[in-house]
Amino acid sequence: MSAPAGSPHPAASSRIPPKLGGAAAASGAAAPAGPGPGPHQQNGPAQNQMQVPSGYGLPPQSYIAPSGHYSQGPGKMTSLPLDSQCDDYYSGLYRVATQNVVTPNTASQQPGAQQMYGSVPPAPHVVGSTLGSFQGAGSSASHLHTSASQPYSSFVNRYNSPAMYSANSSVAAQGFPSTCGHYALSTVSNAAYPSVSYPSLPAGDPYGQQMFTSQNAPTVRPVRENSFSGQSTAISHPSPLPPPPSQQYHQQQSLSGYNTFAWSASGLPSTQDNLIQNHTSLATANNPTNPVADTLSCSVMQNVQPPKSSPVVSAVLSGASSTRTPPAAGRPVEPLASVARPSELLQQKGVDSSSTTSSASPMPNSYDALEGGSYPDMLSSSASSPAPDPAPEPDPAPAPAPAAPQPSKMAKPFGYGYPTLQPGYQNATAPLNSGVPPSSPMYSGFQQYAQYPGMNQLSSSLGGLNLQSSSQPESLRPVNLTQERNILPMTPVWAPVPNLNLDLKKLNCSPDSFRCTLTNIPQTQALLNKAKLPLGLLLHPFRDLTQLPVITSNTIVRCRSCRTYINPFVSFIDQRRWKCNLCYRVNDVPEEFMYNPLTRSYGEPHKRPEVQNSTVEFIASSDYMLRPPQPAVYLFVLDVSHNAVEAGYLTILCQSLLENLDKLPGDSRTRIGFMTFDSTIHFYNLQEGLSQPQMLIVSDIDDVFLPTPDSLLVNLYESKELIKDLLNALPNMFTDTRETHSALGPALQAAFKLMSPTGGRVSVFQTQLPSLGAGLLQSREDPNQRSSTKVVQHLGPATDFYKKLALDCSGQQTAVDLFLLSSQYSDLASLACMSKYSAGCIYYYPSFHYTHNPSQAEKLQKDLKRYLTRKIGFEAVMRIRCTKGLSMHTFHGNFFVRSTDLLSLANINPDAGFAVQLSIEESLTDTSLVCFQTALLYTSSKGERRIRVHTLCLPVVSSLADVYAGADVQASICLLANMAVDRSISSSLSDARDALVNAVVDSLSAYGSTVSNLQHSGLIAPSSLKLFPLYVLALLKQKAFRTGTSTRLDDRVYAMCQIKCQPLVHLMKMIHPNLYRVDRLTDEGAIHVNDRVVPQPPLQKLSAEKLTRDGAFLMDCGSVFYIWIGKSCDNNFIEDVLGYPNFASIPQKMTHLPELDTLSSERARSFITWLRDNRPLNPILHVVKDESPAKTEFFQHLIEDRTEAAFSYYEFLLHVQQQICK
Amino acid sequence: MEAVVFVFSLLDCCALIFLSVYFIITLSDLECDYINARSCCSKLNKWVIPELVGHTIVTVLMLISLHWFIFLLNLPVATWNIYRFIMVPSGNMGVFDPTEIHNRGQLKSHMKEAMIKLGFHLLCFFMYLYSMILALIND
Repeated sequence: MSAPAGSPHPAASSRIPPKLGGAAAASGAAAPAGPGPGPHQQNGPAQNQMQVPSGYGLPPQSYIAPSGHYSQGPGKMTSLPLDSQCDDYYSGLYRVATQNVVTPNTASQQPGAQQMYGSVPPAPHVVGSTLGSFQGAGSSASHLHTSASQPYSSFVNRYNSPAMYSANSSVAAQGFPSTCGHYALSTVSNAAYPSVSYPSLPAGDPYGQQMFTSQNAPTVRPVRENSFSGQSTAISHPSPLPPPPSQQYHQQQSLSGYNTFAWSASGLPSTQDNLIQNHTSLATANNPTNPVADTLSCSVMQNVQPPKSSPVVSAVLSGASSTRTPPAAGRPVEPLASVARPSELLQQKGVDSSSTTSSASPMPNSYDALEGGSYPDMLSSSASSPAPDPAPEPDPAPAPAPAAPQPSKMAKPFGYGYPTLQPGYQNATAPLNSGVPPSSPMYSGFQQYAQYPGMNQLSSSLGGLNLQSSSQPESLRPVNLTQERNILPMTPVWAPVPNLNLDLKKLNCSPDSFRCTLTNIPQTQALLNKAKLPLGLLLHPFRDLTQLPVITSNTIVRCRSCRTYINPFVSFIDQRRWKCNLCYRVNDVPEEFMYNPLTRSYGEPHKRPEVQNSTVEFIASSDYMLRPPQPAVYLFVLDVSHNAVEAGYLTILCQSLLENLDKLPGDSRTRIGFMTFDSTIHFYNLQEGLSQPQMLIVSDIDDVFLPTPDSLLVNLYESKELIKDLLNALPNMFTDTRETHSALGPALQAAFKLMSPTGGRVSVFQTQLPSLGAGLLQSREDPNQRSSTKVVQHLGPATDFYKKLALDCSGQQTAVDLFLLSSQYSDLASLACMSKYSAGCIYYYPSFHYTHNPSQAEKLQKDLKRYLTRKIGFEAVMRIRCTKGLSMHTFHGNFFVRSTDLLSLANINPDAGFAVQLSIEESLTDTSLVCFQTALLYTSSKGERRIRVHTLCLPVVSSLADVYAGADVQASICLLANMAVDRSISSSLSDARDALVNAVVDSLSAYGSTVSNLQHSGLIAPSSLKLFPLYVLALLKQKAFRTGTSTRLDDRVYAMCQIKCQPLVHLMKMIHPNLYRVDRLTDEGAIHVNDRVVPQPPLQKLSAEKLTRDGAFLMDCGSVFYIWIGKSCDNNFIEDVLGYPNFASIPQKMTHLPELDTLSSERARSFITWLRDNRPLNPILHVVKDESPAKTEFFQHLIEDRTEAAFSYYEFLLHVQQQICK
Repeated sequence: MEAVVFVFSLLDCCALIFLSVYFIITLSDLECDYINARSCCSKLNKWVIPELVGHTIVTVLMLISLHWFIFLLNLPVATWNIYRFIMVPSGNMGVFDPTEIHNRGQLKSHMKEAMIKLGFHLLCFFMYLYSMILALIND
């Protein structure tokens, strides 16, 4: 065992860097990091532990060392002071050795396994390899995830394939079992069969990953090395696939059974074929070798257990292993060591998973449990629909990213001592070297040693080259926009994955909650300015989550200086101290934090759920309260003027309320109240004990007062009967009213007075322009200017009354939600202020009428259902923190910015999105990662004070190319849209439109002049930004920003409000609708959701050229669906799905698909239902016939086509190109 | 007579200097989170009109008393004050709007403006002082 220690010679390390460098030029730095970082790496507790085993020279000692967890490996690794990293890496290996020494049982077992390999030539060989590798996988899989089984098979398959290659040489077999073995094997195999070496390397990779997940630091490092080499080898292969698959796998791994994934990854690198197979195999485990694998895995499992330190286990294992062990004797130490490693890794995993034994092992793996718990849905999804999940992932994540960026990060000594990071880095740089040195002592006899490095270097360097070249194609591949006809991908665009170390990637916040426009943060403001891309965050902090770790703890651990919550990206300097990742202050770990409730173990602060999940929720103590948590309070302020009664919304509202009264979020203290108003204000006394509701009328609207101090807001449960009476009576109470005036302002003032003692939610229903009292408004819209191409006026509020009122409300923790149901101009620009600044939400139903416009009525009904029953948080504040050097300067959304980074949110709802613009104040050269943390403190409807924390970690890059490579085009567009709304209100619409066009022109010209040195005649964009012009054109044609097309002012303002407060997912559909062809839905590529089969038709580009007369198309615009039926559409479709015999008989207004018992109807409906799920606004469906007048509605969304007032997509590109050439 | 004009200008200028300092202090309080945007803006908005009036009076006084140089010196600042006041959008709560003061670096630009005004008023202060002494001596 000690022999391996020799491995990480400085020289070796030096070699490594170049190799890695090949992978990522920037990564060159990584190499130096190797030696330097040694200490840093150990920051993470996990790492430290790992290092402990590192004592190469003294296997037994090292083993003991683990008990002294934090004694750093390097120190022990006296032999290799320089290569602390290497030591770490190898520590795992060494460990094994040590284990052997210490416990004869385990040792024997291990050897036995090894022997197995050696002894049994081909078939056994396979088995052996699988055993070694699979032990981990098997154990972990079995313990943790159902999906694991699949991975098994996949692994096996891969293994088999490699095994096949290597089968001839016994050496190769040995290599498989252990990383050390891998090295040896690989070298041998390299000599003999180059292909063989690949597999071995990859195998190591998976382990490493697994290790990470399991948190076995020592093993991880070695693995990583292996993995890295594996990656590089994979890269070296000409095939483009290798790099991406590895990433994919990694990701998947993180989600699901780590071990299994790792294996798969390893398998991938081994051979291109394997890679491909792996993909498939992961999902289905189809490979013929599977059976073997299974058997193997079983055996492996046994083996794994023995490695566990626990005596009992070992005994069992020994039994299993014993049979195999006999052959082992023949094998030299090497195999043993190698075997031991995997076994250890596996063991650790196994132990953790089993949890019973965890206490015994120095490093219990709480991870599995945590992870499993935290991301079950992810797992299930991957398991259930393997195809879709992996597929999307790879697309966004450029293959090159992983290798290249990581090295650079590694280079930074900085310390984010994320345990994971370091290993990753090490992997990148060290793997080859480390592998070599350890093997050398052990296997000195073998020529492999010499060969090995050579081979490795070669492959790695090749790999590096390939990586770079391949990386370019992925996200930086120049795309000639003017020549690329089908720019829109067939599948939905996924968020790019930040180019982080695997472990960080796994821990990172979901892009659904937290996204940055640049996933690679530029180092300096100058660099950002050069890139001409917007930098900002898009947040969806209160999203409905299926899985959320909720932490109850007396002390919430936060940085003492910047108050950052502890998160997965902090570094543990030792067990008692952690370093803040935002301000770099070193903090103490409180005593309570040392205990991990999930694993019931002590002394592992890095395994607490807070440190294992980037999205967590804390139950806050009374320190986080200024007053006792408020009850849920709901007040409804209803317009009952003639106009409102005519529209008939009261019936729908009261009906919805009656239906959902019991589902209103809240506890036993929930209070509710009602007010109505026309030219006077009516209050309703619902005090318990009254025989019927009392109506109190206040006609003095100039000085509003509350007729009774209490009993206007009553307990929902105590006065339920009265409330029901009132709701039943309300719709008919004002049927004969002749009052046309609306005193909205005074009513709001009264509502504020009513709510101010408690705070809560005010829902205002308004149907016309307020015409009396404070806050009265005049009509400002000139209908003749609706289609003006010049100036659009009155986008801003006409009075500050509503803004002031909103700020007052916000100060009293009251949010005002506005439902505007009007048929005429109602000056939404002014009215919206009441919601904008009080953190409310705005709903707008133009030309609402309960009979004349049934689709709107239905929409209101469904929206109300969602609105009334969705989650709600009261008296909330949100603070966004970011790493020192970055600063936030502009916020978008509905809230009030109370101080520089504190957003005051009277209410928070799951449908609210936010955007923040960032600037880089100080150079970020001394850090490799930046983090953003959003903390949302709110009172739940149950009266609990809670804090939801999201943390996002992103790499810092220094080259412009990397900045472009990491651009997130959807996030950028959404941020630009927000900025454009601000611009059009503060300046003018044409300014905003110019700014949007300039954003494209500037960024593409900056790219063309700096990054892409290709001289093309066309318009060149990096692949990551290829949709940028299309989306900007879509924005220009969006209701909010379009000119030249008749747009009502209120519609325009509402679109702007939506842009400001919708989360990214919904906003993107609004900007760029999705078009699908639905008359030929098939189950090909379908996904399964809740036992339903949901077909996944490909996306079509938004152009009339895609509309064929014999087809039917569905357009998903976010808040509305259109189904366009071509004139000669197949009658079968019309009959089966629409329920009409032919095209002519389809009615003009059709808003439902009938429930027909045909396959195509079922498919269409399940597809639409799937699209509808989780929308804040329930989309209405319009069936549009080709000839109907409604088709203009549909056609205006075909943004790639030319209209009288706007460019077609191609013309727009030419326009941009022209601007660039200027 | 001339002395009276400058004595008045001097006093007015002192007031404006104090006002500038007050603006700076309040804005930096906001920057440091000592007060919230709402109270900061309501405090500052109260003084926007007095500042505008005070400065316009001096400017007009200089025009009337035919001190062309000083008038021309004051004119741009007075014009800026009036322009800023007139151009407040109808929906805003004054020159300082609590909902926007944290956006787009408005806080910084307000701060910068207050600093520049402070410097300008100090310069004016010494000019008035000099002119006043000169006028008194001439009398």
